[in-house]
Amino acid sequence: MNGTLGVMAPGIHTTVQDLGRVGYQALGVPSAGALDPVSLRLVNALVGNEPATAALEFLYQGPTLEVHAPSIRVAAAGSDIEILGEPPRRIPPWQSIRLTQGTRFRLLAPQRSACGYLAIQGGLALPSVLGSQSTYTRSRIGGFEGRALGAKDALPLVQPAAETRAEVRLSAPPDMAQPERIRVVLGPQDAYFTEAAIATFLADSFIVSKEADRMGLRLEGSVLTHARGYNIASDGIATGAIQVPGSGHPIIMLADHQTTGGYPKIATVISADLPAVGRLRPGDTIRFRAISTSEAEAARRVLEADIKRRSRNLVPAIEVGMLNETALYARNLVSGIVNATDWSSEDSP
Amino acid sequence: MASIEQNQTKWDLRFLPSGDTALTVEQGEGVDRGLSVAVVDLASRIERAALAGVVEMVPTFRSLLVHYDPLVTSAAALTEQIGALLDQGPAVQTDSRQWCIPACYEGDLAPDLEEVAARTGHTPAQVIELHAASAYHVYMLGFLPGFPYMGDLPDSLHLPRLGTPRVRVPAGSVAIAMGLTAVYTFESPGGWHLIGRTPIPFFNLRREPPALLRPGDTVKFAPISRETYDRIAMDVTNSTFEIDSVLAA
Repeated sequence: MNGTLGVMAPGIHTTVQDLGRVGYQALGVPSAGALDPVSLRLVNALVGNEPATAALEFLYQGPTLEVHAPSIRVAAAGSDIEILGEPPRRIPPWQSIRLTQGTRFRLLAPQRSACGYLAIQGGLALPSVLGSQSTYTRSRIGGFEGRALGAKDALPLVQPAAETRAEVRLSAPPDMAQPERIRVVLGPQDAYFTEAAIATFLADSFIVSKEADRMGLRLEGSVLTHARGYNIASDGIATGAIQVPGSGHPIIMLADHQTTGGYPKIATVISADLPAVGRLRPGDTIRFRAISTSEAEAARRVLEADIKRRSRNLVPAIEVGMLNETALYARNLVSGIVNATDWSSEDSP
Repeated sequence: MASIEQNQTKWDLRFLPSGDTALTVEQGEGVDRGLSVAVVDLASRIERAALAGVVEMVPTFRSLLVHYDPLVTSAAALTEQIGALLDQGPAVQTDSRQWCIPACYEGDLAPDLEEVAARTGHTPAQVIELHAASAYHVYMLGFLPGFPYMGDLPDSLHLPRLGTPRVRVPAGSVAIAMGLTAVYTFESPGGWHLIGRTPIPFFNLRREPPALLRPGDTVKFAPISRETYDRIAMDVTNSTFEIDSVLAA
């Protein structure tokens, strides 16, 4: 019997997620999976996992955990790891760390994202349900008992212990800032909207409402007027589809979206920009820009190359003992500036 | 060859962009059995052709959503390849099945039966008889894992959805709305009229595939007593229920 990762406090909606469940949407089973697959793949690279290995995803506030194994190796995306003790120590995101038996640590609130991730070397010893460990809570499928974690849960570990080795960090962490505009492909039902509605959709800013969860983000702002009614015979929904119900307020469909639906979909967020949309929080602003399907496919290839490059460029981690808050803060600022140029050189308007 | 002519699907495809990971292949706009059969036919053709980069497909009332991997293929390539599959002979035989689903239309298992009867000008017994007399076509699965949209309901049972949806509809509820009937496969919110309940599990992770039905199947409901309902429910709980027993011969 291998060790476990004990849940002391669950955080907000902490679930086990991998890259999603493939092949069962025809049966009405949503794919689920990480809201921000880029972060998931990068934290997995830091602990030497395959990119699709399931990790913990938390929203807004991270869990407090305790190591009930000789040792584990973890890495966080989106937020610092705070190792509890006297004094507490902080490990920045995008860096691996080995933790020993009895260590209690918490994931701080993600700074620039709705969601954060904790990858564990070797992954979690949980059943693969319909080919995936992703949790779909609405039907209690996958993950840990099909639900968000609760206090006193014990997550079984695949790997008995973590070998000692030099810890690593990403030399080029991704920029978590929102792009100025999220790129979409118009359709499949853009013909159900007035020309003015399409123009408004592409010109205006929208605000992410409080109705935001793993299923979707409801946006506030201008009302988008239907030209041909708002009920259609249900058809399939792609992740990123922007459906507009009778209220005229668009909803971006995220990982847990239903497989089919009966509202017209004005546009679809391209897959390269979906991770950024997954990071949006209530109150955030979002604007759209339309591109062609082939441009969207090309953007995805650019993103893939970018993830691969970042995953490969691992450098020695900063010695934890050397850190203090000021140094950390300075380092984050510097890397933020570097990354901004990094991303803009690739595919910005 | 008249028989082949009859089997030939009349294709009217529109390829609608759904981002860079999916392509909507629309064959019509309404709810129509012929259209549904054509959608299922197209899905089997694509499945058999094993087109590179197709990840999965979702057949619906009037369209097929083809999920694809943009690192392997493109919408343009798929549009061309799918177009080329249409000329290849008559409709593909799909292995659709016929089911006879026991359902109890009594008491608290049928909370809306009286009202449906009143609003459609029938007695409750007539509603049950009408609902159980038709063989329903499974158009698609969606909304919940394994949730079947089936039709068509006899005209005299057509009702709009509830004005205010229920917060909690029990799993197994047999429901009607508009021209359709369905079974709630999980407890969930819902706005359809509940006229009965089946003890048969429509979605079971220990089965492969986990959904009982698939698009193209035919379903009839067989009224059962409360005693029979309870007995089958017990067998299901004890895992002694044989799911093949609801396959029509």
